[in-house]
Amino acid sequence: MNLKLKVWRQKSATAEGRLAEYEARNIPPDASFLEMLDILNEELLAKGDEPIAFDHDCREGICGSCSLTINGIPHGPVNLSATTTCQLYMRKFTDGQTIYIEPFRARSFPIVRDLIVDRSALDRIQRSGGYVTARAGSAPDGNAILIPKTEADSAMEAAACIGCGACVASCPNASAMLFVGAKVSHLNRLPQGQPERHQRTLNMVKKMDEEGFGNCSNHYECEAVCPAEIPVTVITQLNRDYAAASVSKAVS
Amino acid sequence: MDAVLGNAPRASRHAAPNHSSYSTSAVNFLASFYRSSIGKKWIVALTGLALIGYVIGHLVGNLQIFGAPEKINQYAEFLHSMPRALWVVRSVLLAAFFLHIFTTIKLATENRAAKGRTNEMRATTSPKPAKKTMVVSGLLVLSFVAYHLAHFTARITDARFEKLNHDVHTMVILGFQNPLVSGFYLLSVFLLCLHLSHGFQSVPQTFGLNSKSLRNAITKGGQALAWIIFAGYASIPLAVLLKQLTPAH
Repeated sequence: MNLKLKVWRQKSATAEGRLAEYEARNIPPDASFLEMLDILNEELLAKGDEPIAFDHDCREGICGSCSLTINGIPHGPVNLSATTTCQLYMRKFTDGQTIYIEPFRARSFPIVRDLIVDRSALDRIQRSGGYVTARAGSAPDGNAILIPKTEADSAMEAAACIGCGACVASCPNASAMLFVGAKVSHLNRLPQGQPERHQRTLNMVKKMDEEGFGNCSNHYECEAVCPAEIPVTVITQLNRDYAAASVSKAVS
Repeated sequence: MDAVLGNAPRASRHAAPNHSSYSTSAVNFLASFYRSSIGKKWIVALTGLALIGYVIGHLVGNLQIFGAPEKINQYAEFLHSMPRALWVVRSVLLAAFFLHIFTTIKLATENRAAKGRTNEMRATTSPKPAKKTMVVSGLLVLSFVAYHLAHFTARITDARFEKLNHDVHTMVILGFQNPLVSGFYLLSVFLLCLHLSHGFQSVPQTFGLNSKSLRNAITKGGQALAWIIFAGYASIPLAVLLKQLTPAH
């Protein structure tokens, strides 16, 4: 396959960026999107040019490292749900197609270089409450705490979040509500999360606001692009739990 | 925990309890709730709900125009017979209107700042005309409300209305016989209902009352309700323009 690429190049966080055009030639249809960039980078290196910088790690869709906004959609084409960029294959594109490759955009995700953005704001939100304060030790006995199947399933659904930040990048408001909703719901839906439920919710929302993420206005673009298929009902839960936590704090 | 840790007295391990009065803590609560992103969404949803209530109530009142002329005129007199209640409702609505607009403009400004520079290629996963135009449709409805109040409530835009004391029936029909007035009205209620088609379904989501099983019903029901309201409001100027409604005198 031959493709025309328009790739965002930016030397550093402060440098002015621009779209640069490249030809990706002889790309096997079975290459992943990142492998296609690898092939192009080999060519650039051979010519003595700077390779395109992009984030990647596991390349099997579970680590949340890869990003890229492809033709305007984080992690690529609209009709492919639950896909990370590393699991996107070139056979999904057509020969000769022009592809825009740009970073995950949000003011809270500053560009480090080219397509790499700093997503540590999500880590800081996680550190503000996305855990259970507990004595670290051996794993508890199985079934020591009974959890109804439906609750276990809904907690697992939220826990599937890999923290890639596609929700923020897809949101017209750069809101992190799907991420925070997933992290809050994951623990607030389990018995182990109950003692710190209110404080967790208040702290994580406070941190989310401090980090400069926008406000959800229910566009639900996040849900459509989420590679872990997190539903927006985690945002419903976040809205509910935040109000309950605020009231509880006010009357305590 | 106390037992595990040797039953230490509580006071020695904890800071002295906060004795601040309830009133200050309530003020603090409201202030910090309003400062938060989710708190502002709650304010928008609450005020939106109040305004939705008015939009529905006003429509039910208006549709009486299809009855005998006395019916809607008596209804208008009934409303004006209790000026205190009328002004309470008007004040609540005005406050809700102001808060709704002020808060959404603040949210929209914050959102624009949070997004920063956008990508060269912009796309969405599905078309979203109502969601993308909430601020524009809202502000155009605001300009309509200002005109509508001047037109029918203050009655300063049409000299013929001065002599029609409580004859709402004649006033509405004379007003809508002007195609420009009717056209602006139709456009405005269309924008209002476009706004509501997103607004209705957003209210339960913000209140934390959405769920996987309810979701479809909330989305479809909200959109259906918005367009039923549009049909209701649009029916009046259309009936006047099509001469199905004519002045009694």
